[in-house]
Amino acid sequence: MPGAKEVDVSEVTPPEDGKKKGVSRRGLMIGGAAGVAGLGAVYLMGRGGGGDDAAAGCVTTDLSDTESVLNMSNWPEYIDEDDGDYVSTLTAFQEESGIDVTYTPDVNDNVEFFAKVRNQLGACQPTGRDMFVLTDWMAARMIDAGWIQQLDKANVPNLDKNLISSLQGVGWDPNRDYSAPWQSGFTGIAYNKSLVGEVTNMNDLLTRTDLRGKVTMLTEMRDTMGLMLLADGADPANFSDDEWGNALDKISKARADGQIRAFTGNEYINDLANGNIAACVAWSGDVAAAEDENLVFLPPEEGMMIWSDNMIVPVQGTHKANAEKLIDYYYRPDVAAKLAAYVWYVCPVEGAQAEMEKIDPSLVDNPLIFPTAEYLAQTHGFMALDEAKASQYEKDFANVSG
Amino acid sequence: MDSLQRVFGKNAAYWLIGPAALWLAVFFAFPMLSLLTTSLSDPAGSPITGYTLTWRVQNYIEVLGDYWPYMMRSLLYAGIATLLCLVLGYVLAYAIAFKAGRWKTVMLVLVIAPFFTSFLVRTLSWKLILADNGFIVNTLQTLHILGEDGRLLATPFAVIMGLTYNFLPFTILPLYTSLEKIDPKLNEAAADLYASPFQRFTKIVWPLSLPGVVGGTLLTFIPATGDYINASLLGSPNTQMVGNKIQQLFTTANDYPHAAALSVLLMAIIVGMVLVYVRRAGTEELL
Repeated sequence: MPGAKEVDVSEVTPPEDGKKKGVSRRGLMIGGAAGVAGLGAVYLMGRGGGGDDAAAGCVTTDLSDTESVLNMSNWPEYIDEDDGDYVSTLTAFQEESGIDVTYTPDVNDNVEFFAKVRNQLGACQPTGRDMFVLTDWMAARMIDAGWIQQLDKANVPNLDKNLISSLQGVGWDPNRDYSAPWQSGFTGIAYNKSLVGEVTNMNDLLTRTDLRGKVTMLTEMRDTMGLMLLADGADPANFSDDEWGNALDKISKARADGQIRAFTGNEYINDLANGNIAACVAWSGDVAAAEDENLVFLPPEEGMMIWSDNMIVPVQGTHKANAEKLIDYYYRPDVAAKLAAYVWYVCPVEGAQAEMEKIDPSLVDNPLIFPTAEYLAQTHGFMALDEAKASQYEKDFANVSG
Repeated sequence: MDSLQRVFGKNAAYWLIGPAALWLAVFFAFPMLSLLTTSLSDPAGSPITGYTLTWRVQNYIEVLGDYWPYMMRSLLYAGIATLLCLVLGYVLAYAIAFKAGRWKTVMLVLVIAPFFTSFLVRTLSWKLILADNGFIVNTLQTLHILGEDGRLLATPFAVIMGLTYNFLPFTILPLYTSLEKIDPKLNEAAADLYASPFQRFTKIVWPLSLPGVVGGTLLTFIPATGDYINASLLGSPNTQMVGNKIQQLFTTANDYPHAAALSVLLMAIIVGMVLVYVRRAGTEELL
């Protein structure tokens, strides 16, 4: 029955159009593209500048009168801790003031921390922090961006009275209206005396053949380049583009020769102790804290860099008065001495040296904690840079260091 | 499907795709768009002042001109590491699949065991093993394989070795799964038909394991090319890979547009290479 068969075939319903039954591939793609484009448009509209304008008009009410809390961010291993009978400076502060301090050691790196908070700060949103501790140039950058609150001088009499003279009148905050140094330190040369003879200047570090492949420098531009500029007889606080270029060339050459093994953060200290490197650009506190008698920190003949880490209160920090209480507390000589005896960094507080006599007399004459005027004479700071210049220099340095 | 349609109505498919699509939009499409716009922005801005989108295509030309050695080095190191992984991994996966007997599970656990420790810790421990005053370097120096001031750390060898070590399990596991599926009877049949062991491997085992080879090499090569941990911990400034450059441009140089352009370029190169590779290996259905 051929005819019947034909009828059968004609009666089979054609498959339904895919579009009606479910989702066509094209429909899906159009839908998806529209969704992404929509998101993109919203995003681009909100993009614009980083929000300087928002920050400029950003005002916060200080809630310190009603809330006895303080959220503080600092660098790791930068404060003493309770241990058995030992009561830390921070615990004592909390008992004395009744302020509940949430202390978070989450600042590992200036640039990294900056990346973490910049969106909120730029958009006038709270970061959950009332105070953080950043190195001079980064503190300066934030003050410049209008992200930092001015301290009320009346609330921090100890800061005014006890800040050591070498840290007064810094270019980026001449009256210390915005910042209070937490600790300071030096950048110089460290070497392992069980491996090599004394390394006294930067030229030795970059050219001596017994150090080939055994030298590291810091990724912090201001530390490494500061020493390089000094080695060339330039002033890191005021140098020309030519001098900058010469210093860069020297690093480039040493790197091409295989003299430089790595550019590092503070992990260099382990390599120095176990002999992978013999000498390096180093921070004073790291070397002291390593407690390895073979490790020697010395100021290069041509001078060394000094820096400090500063307590600053962001515009969105809602407990400024509490932060000021803490600053004032840490500027009491006895408290400062107690802290310095623990962290071994340069103590920014006048009078702490006398107090140190009671805590640990062996540290009273340690120039890494209480540098003499003579010792400080060989230290230099790095020039303040505007955004464009900073970005150019960071790029230049990145190109020779990585 | 019918019951699903009863619950969700006519647009069941949309509802089912929804969560994954949303996830992708938020965590892939959106960041991707941000990366693309940043890569075409004017590098004159800064993270504080923001970057303006000026469709500046020169960013791409500039990063290619400035950083092509890093790109080549990445591809070279990752390529060598992938080959080493393939050779080492194939032998081990073959042994586990066909020869391990009751040790199979133990061996597989041993392959996965390193994952119980962090990637970073494992790479850092290689620093101790290869240290200048370490046992290995001292032994090699005594045997005069390495010169008196010779070293392993901070050399291309250490970086490639680190990559090989870290990504080896990613090669072994896909290889094992496809080798394990091969019916041993096929080999027996080939032997009955007078195929030599070499012929049995080239005509039966290798072709059947190709999906594993392609999968394993991709899982190794792609992350290895973008890796920067090995180069930064085990290498020297002269062995930096493209990942180190991108990281540095983003974090220390604060040059987001060029960093983004370099990232996009890396992605494009890898996608291009993968497409060619998969096509040539004849395993498009894997993608």
